[in-house]
Amino acid sequence: MLRFILMRLGKAVIILIAILILNFFLIHAAPGDPAAVMAGEAGAADEKFIADLRERFGLDKPLLTQLGIYLGGVLQFDLGYSYRQQMPVADLILDRLPATLLLTMTAFAISLSLGTLAGVLASARVGKWSDTLISTTALLFYATPLFWAALMAVLLFSVVLNWLPGFGYETVGANYTGFRRVLDIGQHLILPATTLGLFFMAVYMRMTRASMLEVSQLDFVKTARAKGLRPSVIQRRHIFRNAMLPVVTLAGLQAGQLVGGAVLTETVFAWPGIGRLMFEALAQRDYNVLLGVFFVSAAMVLLFNLITDILYRFVDPRIRVG
Amino acid sequence: MLKRLSTLAAALLISTALHAEPVSGGRANVVIQPEPPSLMVGLIQNGPTQMVAGNIYEGLLRYDKDLEPEPQLAKSWEISEDGLTYTFHLHENVKWHDGEPFTSADVVFSADEFLRETHPRLRTSLEHVESITAPDDHTVVFKLKQPFGPFIGIFEVGTMPMIPKHIYEGTEYENNPANNTPIGTGPFKFEEWERGSHILLTKNEEYYEEGLPYLDEIYWHVIPDAASRAVAYEAGVVDILPGGSVENFDVQRIADMENTCITDEGWEYFGPHSWMWLNNREGPTADKRFRQAVMYAMDRNFAKDALWNGLGKVATGPVSSSTRFYSDDVKQYEYDPEQAKALLEEMGYDGETVRLLPLPYGETWQRWAEAVKQNLEEVGINAEIVATDVAGWNQKLAEWDYDMAFTYLYQYGDPALGVARNYISTNIAKGSQWNNVEGYENPKVDELFEKAAVAVTQEERQELYNEIQQILVEDVPVAWLLELGFPTIYRCNVKDLVTTAIGVNDGFKNAYVEE
Repeated sequence: MLRFILMRLGKAVIILIAILILNFFLIHAAPGDPAAVMAGEAGAADEKFIADLRERFGLDKPLLTQLGIYLGGVLQFDLGYSYRQQMPVADLILDRLPATLLLTMTAFAISLSLGTLAGVLASARVGKWSDTLISTTALLFYATPLFWAALMAVLLFSVVLNWLPGFGYETVGANYTGFRRVLDIGQHLILPATTLGLFFMAVYMRMTRASMLEVSQLDFVKTARAKGLRPSVIQRRHIFRNAMLPVVTLAGLQAGQLVGGAVLTETVFAWPGIGRLMFEALAQRDYNVLLGVFFVSAAMVLLFNLITDILYRFVDPRIRVG
Repeated sequence: MLKRLSTLAAALLISTALHAEPVSGGRANVVIQPEPPSLMVGLIQNGPTQMVAGNIYEGLLRYDKDLEPEPQLAKSWEISEDGLTYTFHLHENVKWHDGEPFTSADVVFSADEFLRETHPRLRTSLEHVESITAPDDHTVVFKLKQPFGPFIGIFEVGTMPMIPKHIYEGTEYENNPANNTPIGTGPFKFEEWERGSHILLTKNEEYYEEGLPYLDEIYWHVIPDAASRAVAYEAGVVDILPGGSVENFDVQRIADMENTCITDEGWEYFGPHSWMWLNNREGPTADKRFRQAVMYAMDRNFAKDALWNGLGKVATGPVSSSTRFYSDDVKQYEYDPEQAKALLEEMGYDGETVRLLPLPYGETWQRWAEAVKQNLEEVGINAEIVATDVAGWNQKLAEWDYDMAFTYLYQYGDPALGVARNYISTNIAKGSQWNNVEGYENPKVDELFEKAAVAVTQEERQELYNEIQQILVEDVPVAWLLELGFPTIYRCNVKDLVTTAIGVNDGFKNAYVEE
């Protein structure tokens, strides 16, 4: 087992570096650079000013040299400096990471729990009206564009009904502390987390339902029934556990997006997370910040792939190290 | 009758409100968009930075809505008769937010050392300066090499903010840790910045102007989505939407809300002037008749009414009507498609497609480009819209890779500061989108601009600028669109929010909230 993990970790590091290099060239292939963007915002600049900025940012060096300097830094766990925001990239990311993780993990928990639950329920009542209702709702969630659902949620629950705050991480200026603050953040979390979770909730539901139905037709389930086991035991121990395999794979995929996958939600709900940091860095060609976010999110994807693989071995005893 | 009475009552209420005494206390909740990269206005001159930092930092002067100078850090000033010596007398009891005294040494350091290095726009103006000296702690003297008409106009906080010498002297400015905890002399102090969420400024209790400021604190809310910003106002989370905070199509709906006021004042110094760059070097846009045809083809009143809520004005030429030395004694280009067609026929336009770059600043600009494209097609000009993001747009302009491109620029109150730069031939150079990007060359115009900048009397300057405006409007180096009106929207019980020519950028020194 340890050897398996170490091997996978080794591979992960190589992939990570490859991703960084690819990203580096991709970003530099986009037109414009941070010096030009910053000069642009100043509303006036001459060539000397822009040249000075480029020199300060190290953008005047050959591309490969820049890549070398960057990778050298990363290997020493230094993600560089954002000249635009005048802060180390690692600080910027760490600043934003908790908000994003809170949002995405809540969305993850909501979608996984409600999705599988709805899927199990639907599969137990195939063809009945409750199954139709659940399946139709899931289809709706699946097909609704995220930004639209988000805006509608704000309009309904925040503007019209005034039940929940429509944006932000907490009530700015209220200076809540302790439990009151937790409650406040929780209230702010409901809309974005639910909206963000809708799509995956639908996916889990559909997958669980299909998978449950498929497994329940397999021979070993028939055998279990023939043995006279109670239906609830069969449902739980035989069908559910096996039906969860594709769901775990999917959960691994979703978990990988925990860091980078909430750009839209964070924008609409003014959630101070890493998705927005990335989006803004992209618009401003803030290379180091962008690479830093890519690095962290790629690392998360790899990490969760690894965890999924390990989990698989627990869920499905047929899988062994190949 | 009843209706008339209630209108009268409302009018009375308003007039009593106008005469109410300012009240101390309270909080302003303001939208800031996009989030500023830094608040150190000496290093970063983008719009949002100026807007927040205008409360923290100060300049020597402010300008009223007619661009007349008012005291700020300088309580008085004199200009010698030959126009060469500017003497400023500073307030004596001014302290930096960290308690250190503000003196003339700070002014000399800011202008002569710090900003000369970091502020490209100011640097250009400072080329006219021979020396900056401090005869005593509270007097500063600027000596010019030759008279420079607009010189008295460069002392507002965005152009020449005062930077604390004791913090920055001898340091590497960009990496100074103090950049993240800005120290100024302004009415509000920096308190906290939760990146991605909000910036908090609190009242400067030691402020040197008696009784000011009124507000206890200002929260700047960072809300990245335009629709969410509108909702934030509707839901009562924010009370002030500075110009450009919401999309234009939302302005009317929000302005119709109860207790909501709207003003397009507070932009007089900037005079945001929009136009399309027309590439004078190659393609159909190199022909003057084609450029004139573009002017006749555009229905600019439609753009004003449909896209800009009727705010702003149709531009008559290169100079904004809020800028000094504006003249409307120029050729007029009314919407006249037939005239446009005739000009195109005369030049023998063969239908060559022109590339049109919208300004990547949101929905309004996209729609505007589509409206112009339609106008152009109606007179037979084939236009193709090229989509870019901000960085890509910057680069295309800097490399002259376009035929027509939307833009808007500030004029800073004087043609020598904000107009000449776009038309003089010495300013043709790749790499910048604020110089003579269109590539217009006219020795006569060069000469007139040069004379007008250094002419001593106002009359002389006016005459020269009149001539310049006539020549340029005839030649159409660029296609002028609108003097933009950026509405500031706020709850009516916020008073004295916009009091100067740079509006909210001048800080909330005089603003107060009525119960």
